[in-house]
Amino acid sequence: MIFSTLHIFGIAVIILAVCGLYCILVTRNMIRVLVGVELLIKAVTLLIILAGYVTGNISLAQSIAITIIIIEVVVVVIVAGVILGIFKANDSLDVINIRNLKG
Amino acid sequence: MTLNIILFVALILAALWTVISKTLLKAAFGLAVTSVLLTIIMFGLSSPLAAMFELSVCAGLITAVFISAISLAKPLTSEQKIALAKSKFKKYFFLPIIIVVIIFLLRNFKLPADFHSANVLSQTTVNNIFWTERKMDLLGQLVILLAGVFGIVVLFKKGRKNDI
Repeated sequence: MIFSTLHIFGIAVIILAVCGLYCILVTRNMIRVLVGVELLIKAVTLLIILAGYVTGNISLAQSIAITIIIIEVVVVVIVAGVILGIFKANDSLDVINIRNLKG
Repeated sequence: MTLNIILFVALILAALWTVISKTLLKAAFGLAVTSVLLTIIMFGLSSPLAAMFELSVCAGLITAVFISAISLAKPLTSEQKIALAKSKFKKYFFLPIIIVVIIFLLRNFKLPADFHSANVLSQTTVNNIFWTERKMDLLGQLVILLAGVFGIVVLFKKGRKNDI
């Protein structure tokens, strides 16, 4: 069986997404959860570019990928700020501390 | 094709390194390497503009944000490191099994026959799509950027001395 570009990078998308989900599920460190979310977003970006390449709509795929990247930055910066705020309040990065939030 | 396979293997190794690495700093560097490899893949898939954004923003800016967040947070104690090392192999034992099962389940997945025929916008450039065909979501993107800026200002604002 000859693997095409679609097959090779399709499998890469699956593995990236599984790695991201697994990273979110097994850890209790909030920064590592954010790393898992990043891996998931990278899988989605690669999937969109791959779909654009296969269908011939590469311009549309690029513009959507750029939008995703910009929103990804905003998400990472805000979540990093929230994580640091929780760290200042609890002196720990454990996700269990989020249960203590009130109000 | 050989280059694609090499990039595929390198991308998977970088992603696994990101997930499995013991320290947060190594995870952040692994994420940056994943971004660089994704950039090369995007160039190969004829998306230079998105690749440039990926390289400058994801491999540069986000890595800087991660390293700042890690340096501002406290490192693990030695007891926590030992406990983490002990539970590491148990945690990641199922990762390859899950990947193999998902690929096995999707092995017979067939694309629709008209998958290649949706070639409506192929002649338009990225600039046209950005500034003429998409207007409402660009507005949303600007709002999200502003929300990010104001969110950071509020989060890092220092309170007055008499505030409790």
